[in-house]
Amino acid sequence: MNRTTNALAIATVAFMFLASCGNRNTNQIVHGDAAQQVYVPPGEYDEFYAFLSGGYSGQVTVYGIPSGRMFKEIPVFSQFPENGYGYNEETKPMFNTSYGFVPWDDSHHIELSQQNGEFDGRWLFVNGNNTPRIARVDLTTFETVEILEIPDVAGLHCAPFITENSEYLVSGTRFSVPIPQADVPIDTYKENFKGLINYVSVDPEHGHMELAFQIEMPGFNYDLARNGKGPSHGWSFLTTYNSEQEHSLLEVNASQMDKDLMAIINWKKAEEYLAAGKFTERKTSYYHNLLDEPSGIVESTEMTTTKILNPKDCPDMVYFIPVPKSPHGADVDPSGEYLVGNGKLSADMSVYSFSQIMQAIEEKNFDGEFDGIPIINYEAGLHGIVQKPGLGPLHTEFDERGNAYTTFFISSEVVKWNVETKEILDRHPVYYSPGHLTIPGGETRKPNGKYLVAMNKMTKDRFLPTGPEMMHSAQLFDITGDKMKMILDFPTKAEPHYAQIIAADMVAPNSKKFYPIEENTHPHVTLGEGNTRVERDGDEVHVYMTAMRSHLAPDNIEGFKVGDKVYFHVTNMEQDWDMPHGFAIQGATNAELLIMPGQTRTLLWEPKKAGVFAFYCTDFCSALHQEMSGYARVSPQGSDVPIKWGLNEALRESQEQANAFIEQAKANAEARAAK
Amino acid sequence: MKFLPSPRVLMIIALLCLAMVFAFPLWQILLEAPQFPGGLQMYIWINKISGTDKWILQNINILNHYIGMKAIHPDAIPELKYFPVVTYIMLGLGAIAVIIKKAWAYLSWSVLLAALGVLGIYDFYLWLYDYGHNLDPTAPIKVEGMTYQPPLLGGKNLLNFYVESYPHWGGVGLGLAIVFSALAYFKMRHNRTNVLH
Repeated sequence: MNRTTNALAIATVAFMFLASCGNRNTNQIVHGDAAQQVYVPPGEYDEFYAFLSGGYSGQVTVYGIPSGRMFKEIPVFSQFPENGYGYNEETKPMFNTSYGFVPWDDSHHIELSQQNGEFDGRWLFVNGNNTPRIARVDLTTFETVEILEIPDVAGLHCAPFITENSEYLVSGTRFSVPIPQADVPIDTYKENFKGLINYVSVDPEHGHMELAFQIEMPGFNYDLARNGKGPSHGWSFLTTYNSEQEHSLLEVNASQMDKDLMAIINWKKAEEYLAAGKFTERKTSYYHNLLDEPSGIVESTEMTTTKILNPKDCPDMVYFIPVPKSPHGADVDPSGEYLVGNGKLSADMSVYSFSQIMQAIEEKNFDGEFDGIPIINYEAGLHGIVQKPGLGPLHTEFDERGNAYTTFFISSEVVKWNVETKEILDRHPVYYSPGHLTIPGGETRKPNGKYLVAMNKMTKDRFLPTGPEMMHSAQLFDITGDKMKMILDFPTKAEPHYAQIIAADMVAPNSKKFYPIEENTHPHVTLGEGNTRVERDGDEVHVYMTAMRSHLAPDNIEGFKVGDKVYFHVTNMEQDWDMPHGFAIQGATNAELLIMPGQTRTLLWEPKKAGVFAFYCTDFCSALHQEMSGYARVSPQGSDVPIKWGLNEALRESQEQANAFIEQAKANAEARAAK
Repeated sequence: MKFLPSPRVLMIIALLCLAMVFAFPLWQILLEAPQFPGGLQMYIWINKISGTDKWILQNINILNHYIGMKAIHPDAIPELKYFPVVTYIMLGLGAIAVIIKKAWAYLSWSVLLAALGVLGIYDFYLWLYDYGHNLDPTAPIKVEGMTYQPPLLGGKNLLNFYVESYPHWGGVGLGLAIVFSALAYFKMRHNRTNVLH
């Protein structure tokens, strides 16, 4: 029996990849001038930044297009020992959730902030799938500055889709669950399980996120979304699957109905209901973690209430329309008029017309309802069907010439078609099995149809083999002509799902070179070597240390004891571009610190044995980097070795000077607070 | 000399040129090395030292400490305090010259300013010499026979840096002030000679 199943599985997989195997030889498809198109000479810059989600790495990576060179991995949802993110005392609170400290997540969809339906280059938002969260990355520092947990949802896959003026980040639960969470039998799914669609508002000045309201929906799997633009601004479109409301072997049981439903939400209406008080406030728990940029310290706040809108109490707010089989995404074209429903198990793709949908709503052209939510007549909203474009349509983006580009997972290809005529114009194999694709501005009102990047789920033989685990492959296309031209193959870190591409000149001029030290408000900052000191408070020892080419101050410290909790507060006093310093100490069970110029970072060190331990700078900062080191002496518990510290002098007996400094620092802090 | 404006106007131009030292640096020292894209610029003003950005002195001092050069601290350079005072006095004297309209006043002002200018440049040279030669014997980087005096005018290789030193607009203004005040004197003499004949 088992053997038969295996054989069947193998046959299926073989079938799925047969189509692509025939096209393995890229010599036939790469064009002669491809090298010139992707070559960025030394010292020159790429034309675009591409921000790729990291999938199971939980991070975001930054690439240059067209070169395919990776510039940075931005740590977001996963601890990052490389620079101490999530290990140092300042950023640990970024990982607080209602489940405690969660050091990992699965990041899927990148959304860049928009104004008037175009990227504005200010922030990047990305979702955490497993422990539902949305993060904000500041594009002046390329650092994660905020993470908001979304309560009472499960698997925040459908997130964080942005509206055209960055009013909201819209998200939906991938898995429906009991709300509020309750100990119920799983087979009571149909009666007890619900899905929430969440609207997170974005403060237009600072980008701060706030959970504005949640809409309680039937217990489906909310999969992907897009928001309207131009004429359809004010509406959200979310595809769902498992309208069968099954809870086991979804692979089969959630794939039975010929059509699932797309949720259509009038969020302007929802705002009206919210203002009119038509919501119920519910007690819950979720965390909001926000970086205070001047101090570099993350503050974590537990939130305890959420506002729920129920479609039953709020007529004309939510509609459904049928979509072919298990759709994966509803993509809105640049005009805001057409919506593409990617039915991943269907052979056809449905294209809807927003104005027809509005007309159907107007005329109440409904085909029944689900839980009181009207289901719009499928044909009434349909602009047309793209006939047999390929197998397994997943994601669609657009150029500015009226064309759509869709990835086909099963037939492993990208297909170009005309939105108005639904005519297929071109198809090109990719290697292998693409998930999302992205075009610069391809989801906005102003796409730049120059390049297309397909992000593939399988790598197999694309690069030199690296054992069973490989990077994923992405392929770059030139889409300026009638036919798509594949011009580059490049490996991508972890498993990118979605990505967005933005013109470099929207972002590069704002990139910070370092943090101005005079703006550093960290409570443990050390401004100047004269203020370096070591203070003991019971078992806690605070080391106020500075780093500057090419020494750490102090670099000789005595008086630590086994069992102490030692906090190294290291301030990088440099004010020069690309001059970080690192700090590592033997016996630390967390990570290192990487401190940008002007920043203060804190490492907790808990010495377990007596002895003398070395610490050093980990970032090759200068010709005398190797000399940038020091010693910490640890004495047995209960010994009476006094605290002493120094730099190039006899170790200084503690306290007197430190006390004077602390008094001064306190006075300064009070003066600042008074201001 | 006919094409020149009146001596008084020339003297006023000389005063305006001198006043430029408050609006522009006197001198610029440019350091170039591969790992400093765009180079490092240091500007010497009549009353301060500035540069590429407000952290320029810290960054130059960090580099200089490897070769044992003293840190540049504007507070430790008294000239930056009294040079502006001297300039104000010169502007006052010049204003008097404009009022009394005497050839000897124009000439003495011009000569005095030229003398002060030469002294100032000599003083600048002494500072450069001091920074370049007075090196800490415990410096991490010691190159046998090497000193690090930046050039007064022109370019020079100093280890990994190519250093260039040139007057800035303030320095040019100072020079023009000397020229215009001298012209004021000659023009007045020329006018008087013409009248006598």
